Amino acid sequence: MELHEYQAKNLFAKAGMRTQKGVVIDDAAQCDSALAELSLPIVVKAQVHAGGRGKAGAIKFSQTADEVRTHATNILGMTLKTKQTGNAGLTVHRVLLAQACDIASELYVSVLTDRETGQPVLIASRGGGMDIEETAASDPDAILKLQLDPGVGIPDDESRRVHAFWCPDNAFPEQETLTLLSALYRTYFDNDASMVEINPVAVTPEGELVAIDAKMSVDDNARFRHPEWDAFELDEEQDAREREAAQYGLSYIKVGEGSIGCMVNGAGLAMATMDVITLFDARPANFLDVGGGATAENVTAAFRILAGDPDVKAILVNIFGGIMRCDVIAEGVLAALRSVELDVPLIVRLEGTNVEEGRRMIAESGLKCQTASDLTEAARLAAEASRGGC
Amino acid sequence: MSILVDANTKLICQGLTGSAGSFHARQCAEYGTQLVAGVTPGKGGQEVDGVPVYDSVAEAREKHQANATMIFVPAPFAGAAVEEAAEAGVELIVCITEGIPQRDMMLARKKALECGTTLIGPNCPGVITSGECKIGIMPGYIHQKGRVGVVSRSGTLTYEAVWQTTQLDLGQSTCVGIGGDPVHGLGFIDVLELFQQDEQTEGCILIGEIGGSEEERTAQWIQDNFDKPVAAFIAGRTAPPGRRMGHAGAIVSGSSGGAESKVAALEAAGVKVCSSPADLGNTIKGLLSERA
Repeated sequence: MELHEYQAKNLFAKAGMRTQKGVVIDDAAQCDSALAELSLPIVVKAQVHAGGRGKAGAIKFSQTADEVRTHATNILGMTLKTKQTGNAGLTVHRVLLAQACDIASELYVSVLTDRETGQPVLIASRGGGMDIEETAASDPDAILKLQLDPGVGIPDDESRRVHAFWCPDNAFPEQETLTLLSALYRTYFDNDASMVEINPVAVTPEGELVAIDAKMSVDDNARFRHPEWDAFELDEEQDAREREAAQYGLSYIKVGEGSIGCMVNGAGLAMATMDVITLFDARPANFLDVGGGATAENVTAAFRILAGDPDVKAILVNIFGGIMRCDVIAEGVLAALRSVELDVPLIVRLEGTNVEEGRRMIAESGLKCQTASDLTEAARLAAEASRGGC
Repeated sequence: MSILVDANTKLICQGLTGSAGSFHARQCAEYGTQLVAGVTPGKGGQEVDGVPVYDSVAEAREKHQANATMIFVPAPFAGAAVEEAAEAGVELIVCITEGIPQRDMMLARKKALECGTTLIGPNCPGVITSGECKIGIMPGYIHQKGRVGVVSRSGTLTYEAVWQTTQLDLGQSTCVGIGGDPVHGLGFIDVLELFQQDEQTEGCILIGEIGGSEEERTAQWIQDNFDKPVAAFIAGRTAPPGRRMGHAGAIVSGSSGGAESKVAALEAAGVKVCSSPADLGNTIKGLLSERA
């Protein structure tokens, strides 16, 4: 799950980092009460899960209260399209009013889980406010990478290395770097983050380090020990079907412009099923992995979600049972069809654990569906059915 | 020969008393795996299908000279279960559990490295040497002893490939599911190194997916080191960027992790990349007959 800038900044501040003072609002009418707590000038910043906000006009500097109101009114409700949002864009539901701070120079720092080593890595750069991937490509010497021991974090002598790298001229005190890095790692570790990034860290004329932007994503697998994350998810930002799917432990992602509803076990097979459908000149309407521990009730919910999607012109069930048993899938499909009216063709392909039992249950039920013996045939039948070819 | 496990492997199941643990441990034993003990803290002294249960891995290992463990412990406790097995000196840990926090896995993986233990997974189907030893949740009947080594980030896609090689009468040497999480034990290169040394393995099927850069690094390694034919499939060519496709590791973010660069890197290394997983069996068959 990705956090918004204001949510991440709150966590940074709690860990002892200096951030800008700010207030988040979801209605321009709240500007006056927010202004009472802040001093001008103020930066109005859209809170959306995408970079490139500045270029898209979703971050505005405001010298006066009137400007704050105007910018907040304009940005709230706007649809933001950047290279990270896709064509549909993202609607801005909240803006952060952040008290501007004087900036002498800008730095970059992040801690993330390095898949290559299975350990955290700290990345620091002297070039703040820039795209770190571009910096890494164009000027690798401007980047310092430190491998960390997850149980230890950032030892002080490593933090001093970062300080010497950032600040060879001693323009700000070493303690500033130590405090910032210690708070950064604590935020990463304590919150089960997979990435925390401050881009940029502002160096003020007084020699203080201030986090003026924040990006953070947390590991969904750790949700069971973070009940506070519920508050990070804003209802208006979630697709209703994705929310329902999550309640049933299903991994579901709606894909635009597709017409074949897919129900598959296993993320890899679910992706591959989408890929193969595309080879038959059709488009999947969704990714749906029922997972390994699904019950008949979960499968019923999955079916209801697919059947309720108006884009879906055919449903393809593709199961290769391992931990997931084919008889459980069959039971779920049959239960779903007792409660869900299905008016699109259904294609079922079952293989794997308890397959004979699963196939027998489907056959004996008298269910109107086409069965396929392998993935290729299943995808072909679904593609034809979605075009009204059967 | 084969890699990692064989008919002599003696297996413990951590989490044997749970429903998934008992169901799949039974399937492993029916396949012919020597399942010697189970471990569930607080349930020592019980039996499941005649298999004795112990409170700790150390005790089970000592009493039965076990050298491998299969973990079905629920996600909140699975990281600690891996650490316990590593500390007890079990040589091979196969962690089936999905949904383990990355933080726990970073710590557990480090412990396994320190103890010199081989870790497979988590969030994986396990490992099977066809006809000898099955450790994991893969359906046994689709396997047949034979010539192809399989290594994969995806469970169910592995079954697709295995089933094809069985139907084509090629069979498999060993199949290893390395798991779909970003922090995991054995990687593609580790497994290919083992297949390189294994005489029974004549060619390999490699199944990757979007996210990370392991496939690209593996491609480079294959080019430099591997002289057996490889057929591959990369899942997620049609996945939308920025969305996590089920597996914690499967995401295209920014300029990294996309299927195209993985396919290009593998093809440049001489690997035959299939556009559909349904073609993996025939593709490896073709590559093997070219060699013959």
